[in-house]
Amino acid sequence: MKTHEALPLSRRAFVKSTVAASGGLMLTLALPRADAALNPWTGDAAGTEISAWLTIDPNSQVTIRVAQSEMGEGVFTAMPMLVAEELDCDWSQVKAEYASANRSVRENGVYRRMGTGGSGAVRRSREYLQQAGASARERLKAAAAARWDVDVNTLRTDKGRVFHDASGRSAAYGVLAAEAAAITLAEEPAIRKAGEFKLLGTPLNRLDVPSKVDGSATFGIDVKVPGMVYAAYDACPVWGGALASLDPAPALAVKGVKQVIEVEDGFAVIADSYWQARKGLDALAPNWDLGEHANASSDAMRAEFKTDLDRRGVVAHEEGDAYANLESAETVIEADYDAPYLAHLAMEPVNCTVAIAEDRVDVWTGTQNPESILGAAAEILGRAPETIHVHNCFLGGGFGRRSMPDFARRALAIAKALGPTPVKVLWSREADTRTGHFRPLAALRFKAGFDASGKPVALLNRSATHSILAGFRPEVVQNGLDGSSTEGLENQPYDIAHVSIEHHLKRTPVPVWFWRSVGSSQNGFALEAFIDEMAEAAGQDPLAFRQGLLHKHPAMLNTLNMAAEKASWGRPMAPGTAQGIAIHESFGSICAQVAEVAVTRSGEVRVERVVTAIDCGNTVNPRTIAEQVESSVIYGLSAALWGRSDIENGQVVQQNFDRNRVVKMAEAPAIETHFSLSGGEHWGGIGEPALPPTAPAVVNAIYRITGRRIRALPIAQHDLRWG
Amino acid sequence: MITLTVNGKTHTIDVEPDTPLLWVLRDHLDLTGTKFGCGIAQCGACTVHLGGRPLRSCVTPVSAAAGQAITTIEGLAGDTLHAVQQAWIEHDVPQCGYCQSGQLMVAAHLVDNNANPSDADIDKAMINICRCGTYPRMRSALHRAAALARDAMADA
Ligand code: FES
Ligand code: FES
Repeated sequence: MKTHEALPLSRRAFVKSTVAASGGLMLTLALPRADAALNPWTGDAAGTEISAWLTIDPNSQVTIRVAQSEMGEGVFTAMPMLVAEELDCDWSQVKAEYASANRSVRENGVYRRMGTGGSGAVRRSREYLQQAGASARERLKAAAAARWDVDVNTLRTDKGRVFHDASGRSAAYGVLAAEAAAITLAEEPAIRKAGEFKLLGTPLNRLDVPSKVDGSATFGIDVKVPGMVYAAYDACPVWGGALASLDPAPALAVKGVKQVIEVEDGFAVIADSYWQARKGLDALAPNWDLGEHANASSDAMRAEFKTDLDRRGVVAHEEGDAYANLESAETVIEADYDAPYLAHLAMEPVNCTVAIAEDRVDVWTGTQNPESILGAAAEILGRAPETIHVHNCFLGGGFGRRSMPDFARRALAIAKALGPTPVKVLWSREADTRTGHFRPLAALRFKAGFDASGKPVALLNRSATHSILAGFRPEVVQNGLDGSSTEGLENQPYDIAHVSIEHHLKRTPVPVWFWRSVGSSQNGFALEAFIDEMAEAAGQDPLAFRQGLLHKHPAMLNTLNMAAEKASWGRPMAPGTAQGIAIHESFGSICAQVAEVAVTRSGEVRVERVVTAIDCGNTVNPRTIAEQVESSVIYGLSAALWGRSDIENGQVVQQNFDRNRVVKMAEAPAIETHFSLSGGEHWGGIGEPALPPTAPAVVNAIYRITGRRIRALPIAQHDLRWG
Repeated sequence: MITLTVNGKTHTIDVEPDTPLLWVLRDHLDLTGTKFGCGIAQCGACTVHLGGRPLRSCVTPVSAAAGQAITTIEGLAGDTLHAVQQAWIEHDVPQCGYCQSGQLMVAAHLVDNNANPSDADIDKAMINICRCGTYPRMRSALHRAAALARDAMADA
């Protein structure tokens, strides 16, 4: 690593910090925000810690630690609801803060699963969060029983108080907290089940919203540490390329620029403020060695993926003999689909602030995985994990982008070069896009055979796409199969006797990653669009055709029927408008949608309304669920209409919002959310499952208006003039 | 040295005149509610009011803002929250929240200048990007905010 210095960096006033007894971290120097409540990482020093999950202060305010990342999906409300359900506290006295990854490292994984993804926050932590609440409640009751010398079974709890009805006594949790903290239960209480809930299933407003309407919520980009310098970073625009040479002089001539640092595949300009760093960076003309992928092109990759579809792939799922039955079928239809590479484009460009002291390291960022950043810091800086403190902030969108630690790794390398001077590294939108990872390119082929009565007898599917897991957990990719690549295909729900689902695992220079709804985003599109083609071949209405093949899946059938009924499927539509339907199961939830679409004769598409039915089993906060449905539909619609990350000459073509068109207010459809809950013990995810049905519902509607089957995304590349 | 009046307070700042107003607000004045999303006047995350009108601060040199009243999200509320902030809370609008300062500055200007904005007015004014897709809730919250503002006028 080389560094070029303009001025020697003075040893600066350094951030002093201490670990509070609580899970959070307290900074002894002022952060930019006066009100600690708005810093999601700041511990509540006033409270008595009942367990790692919660503290109760003397006024009975309950602070609940959230081990998942708040990126808009509502975990800062849903996770506390799970604890509060059992705690019987007063919801108006509940506050949320982030759990500390450092503490989890020091205390044997006390916060269990800290990564946020796979729509798994509720599904994977519900039971132990309810348990934490129930346990705290019983300890508070035990404290009251000891105080009053009564049988604990004669006590009840409500709204943050323990009551002894026989004597008319009651005590607030805040009064009992210190005594409760000293009590160990002989056995853990049972947790409530569906049907017994008081809070779960109630629509509540989000706890983080007030701080997000007055500018006070702290995102990673807002962190300011005393003595901090700013860095602008850029990397070789081609994957695998490197910096051949760099003349730092033009940057060093910019006022405020202190240093130019070469790091890994790029360089950083260090300055007193971000704009000076950025100006310095823009002044440089790096000489890149573009490496072996300088001619890489996504058009060529797509062509190669499609060629693979001519060969049998590795079998991901098989029933009966699809080949023989396609051979003997009365009618056979076939179609090829594809979907492009796609950037996440979270609203906040990635950034990371690092302060390295002799005995500890502090990292501030918005991440979907604080533990991976903690591990990266320990590795890059050669420090013990116990000395690394990752302070998660509110995330300006995640969608998978912030589950990669790539940006934090670069920031840590830059900070290492700077030594004890704290630094905030901020990516430009363009650099965020081109150094990010992408939804994989995918090509898919379907073949369906029908008997003389029009009944589908065989389905063959081949797909060619990347394995995301192959990049970081190669051991789970067995026989060239990665379940996340074929999800939605290998578990296709339709009752067809002979099925073969095959896969070609591809690799290109383009780095791939989880993108909201992962494989289901492309697979759900292709399968559900092809199902409409099959319905047409069978001479059936798209809804009736699906109903006929879903009789073994009552939950899917219910959800499909609810969407159809709520949208008045089949109602007369104005000329140039039509309905399209699709259903997909992912992340434990089933989602059906009816899209109402208008296409002008000149080919302009407008999605007017999307009616959604969702079965996520049970609900924590139905309001947040409706919000996540709206969010997923709109995110999915941007991708369906315009989303593409083309690669030309080894570089991403669309790097900023000037070339990445996304849905805005005027294009946003009206969105309705209806629940078709199967209940019981089933809890499904909610951050992603409403995305996959949107694209196919829209293209299925477009076909009914224009007669054009859209088999390649995005929609905007097709000429849809009609009439 | 540049003199700026932000949220009613005057500041004298030692900064290059071509520095975008966005970075002066964020890095020099610690008013970090105004966000950076694209830097090329495409997304609106950086929207503030200059002389009472919405402006994308990422492409506005600070020199162009000198001498005019600047309002940021931190200064939008008076004694009470602005009607759009109240409605945004009521309708649970923000998700990740990152775009919301910019959205609110545009929404506030719309409500302040149009007592009863139609859906078409909303489509025309609200041109900032929200990747979380809070548009349907912003629309209903805007109608609510306009009603709140009308009620406040009637009471006054
Ligand atoms: S940051 Fe100014 S418009 Fe995007
Ligand atoms: S609320 Fe996340 S970008 Fe708008």
